[in-house]
Amino acid sequence: MKAVGHLQNLQGNHACAMGAIAAGCRFFAGYPITPSSEIAEKMSLELPKVGGIFVQMEDEIASMGAILGASMGGSKVMTATSGPGFSLKQENIGYAAGAEIPCVVVNVMRGGPSTGLPTRPSQGDIMQSRWGTHGDHAVIVLTPSSVKEIYEEMIRAFWLTETLRVPVLVIYDEVIGHLVETVELPAPGSIKASMRKWASGPSAEFQPYEETEDMVPAMARPGDGYRVHTTGLTTSESGFPTQDPIQVEAMVARRLGKLKHHADDIESYEAIDCEDARIILVAIGISARAAGRAQKQAREKGLKVGLFRPITLWPFPEAAFHASSEKAKHIVVPEMNAGQIILEIDRLITGKQQTIGINRIDGEVIDPAAILCKIEELA
Amino acid sequence: MSEQSTGSFNIRDYLREDMFPHFLCPGCGHGIALRALLWAVHELDISNDKLAIVSGIGCSGRIGAYVDANTFHVTHGRPLAFATGLALSRPDLKVVVITGDGDCLAIGGNHLIHACRRNLNITCMMLNNEVYGMTGGQASPTTSQSRYTTTSPTGSIEPVFNACDLAMGAGASFVGREVTLQTPALKNLLRRAIDHDGFSFVEVISDCTEIYGRKNDLGDSPEMILSQKGSMRPDSYGNIVDEPFRSNHMKTGVFVEIDRAEYGAVYRNHVKSVQAG
Repeated sequence: MKAVGHLQNLQGNHACAMGAIAAGCRFFAGYPITPSSEIAEKMSLELPKVGGIFVQMEDEIASMGAILGASMGGSKVMTATSGPGFSLKQENIGYAAGAEIPCVVVNVMRGGPSTGLPTRPSQGDIMQSRWGTHGDHAVIVLTPSSVKEIYEEMIRAFWLTETLRVPVLVIYDEVIGHLVETVELPAPGSIKASMRKWASGPSAEFQPYEETEDMVPAMARPGDGYRVHTTGLTTSESGFPTQDPIQVEAMVARRLGKLKHHADDIESYEAIDCEDARIILVAIGISARAAGRAQKQAREKGLKVGLFRPITLWPFPEAAFHASSEKAKHIVVPEMNAGQIILEIDRLITGKQQTIGINRIDGEVIDPAAILCKIEELA
Repeated sequence: MSEQSTGSFNIRDYLREDMFPHFLCPGCGHGIALRALLWAVHELDISNDKLAIVSGIGCSGRIGAYVDANTFHVTHGRPLAFATGLALSRPDLKVVVITGDGDCLAIGGNHLIHACRRNLNITCMMLNNEVYGMTGGQASPTTSQSRYTTTSPTGSIEPVFNACDLAMGAGASFVGREVTLQTPALKNLLRRAIDHDGFSFVEVISDCTEIYGRKNDLGDSPEMILSQKGSMRPDSYGNIVDEPFRSNHMKTGVFVEIDRAEYGAVYRNHVKSVQAG
């Protein structure tokens, strides 16, 4: 028997803040927005206790700017928001992608577009999370589906952003954010600390965006004597702007190439009963919880159904999906939007497979019964 | 400038000379402002390693790259937002924002007023040349009425922002304005601003000769810079000049210099009291 003292009732958004602090986050800038505000509130309470900084900024754009300023200063940073705020942050997310500034951005999804349904859940930001900012860019998107997983994925988010210098976006629907579950959190000290690679060696030879084997350049900390230039302009390895086509292509390709090079570290998923499955369900967040129940009920009825749940949404765990869906004829995608994840699945399936969407665009969650009904129809 | 009047200041100690030639147009006042800033940094004995320059987008945003320091060229209008995170988390750095009238007063206006309110240790040097120069000469919030720009082809009809009044209204604890004509006076103003405990706002009247000057027949660089003379008096070294400047009745000098709790210190005290229980 494990000690009961480790168990606690925790809300998803609070687990998000606690996971971030456990991962070493020491700077949070945010702006109030439903349904993510509990993250900022928890941070304002907890960060000062560990010597960290919480600042409520004048708007969503400033919050994103402030965390990047603090990250460039050497802190592990995050912000949290929802739909309209996520839209406002996109330009500075692009800055982080271009200048390779570690940061974690949480988006608790509500109904959109615009002000939409502030208090209702949605999974409508699937594509925005991948392509929200302009231009070819690398981002990593994680999508936990339980309170405990939010905590764990926040720790992984910081590990990924610090080691790869890619912005990590953590997105989950309002239901997961406000869900209260009994969880056992890892003991303090058991968490693998992560920190970006800092510049070392002679400053005269230091190239802030040097091509290295792991494709992740070391970062110079202000005050350490490297005196580098950081810009949103496309640069050469020196960090200064260039329009030389060869240097531009090399820079853009390296930044994008990081994702493929480190795919094994980035990609995470859960595959349940997929080996012999004729029908595979693909879902995230609260829809994955509903799909999980339907999948279990289908198996009880003797139907060969599996669940593939991407925990890393972008880059999509492509190879794992192919391996899991080898025997499947039908891929059913329940999602709380008009059909976004299904677009990626359509891209991945073979000619012999067919996708079927189960969609809700009314601010309500998907009922497991609706998924089971579709399974029985297809079986 | 003679060696005597600049003392031991050698601008080359503060420049990335391998970045030259610079991109500024002939006659642009921004180089003079940068010189004054680096001169002030020198007199305050701030090391290059501890100097952080955060700039936005536009001609003003590009000049930071020439400084041999920690330089950050960020998104349009957001240098004060980035600087807030940097200054709050790294109180050991001297954080100077270089911005322009479009960057600071239009797209970044919200950040300016809140930076004034928050009072964090940041010096904001806003170069006011009354125009969006980098994009080819569009009207800005400080374009004088009736002046021609590419987006005010029959003369600007919009009212003008007085940046210093705005900063004062938002509660800035240090506000001043100077012209590029008087580089030593500008240096002295910037020196006081950087040395100030809290947020300091300095408006520098700079000149866009190539685009704004030509469009409005304001003469070449010497004429444009000398036209600043009307607002200058010998006693303007840190004092308010009552003479009107241009059509906006602008004054030069220090308008506000008050003691108000610096936000970074306030926050660090808050952390201490929380940790003490």
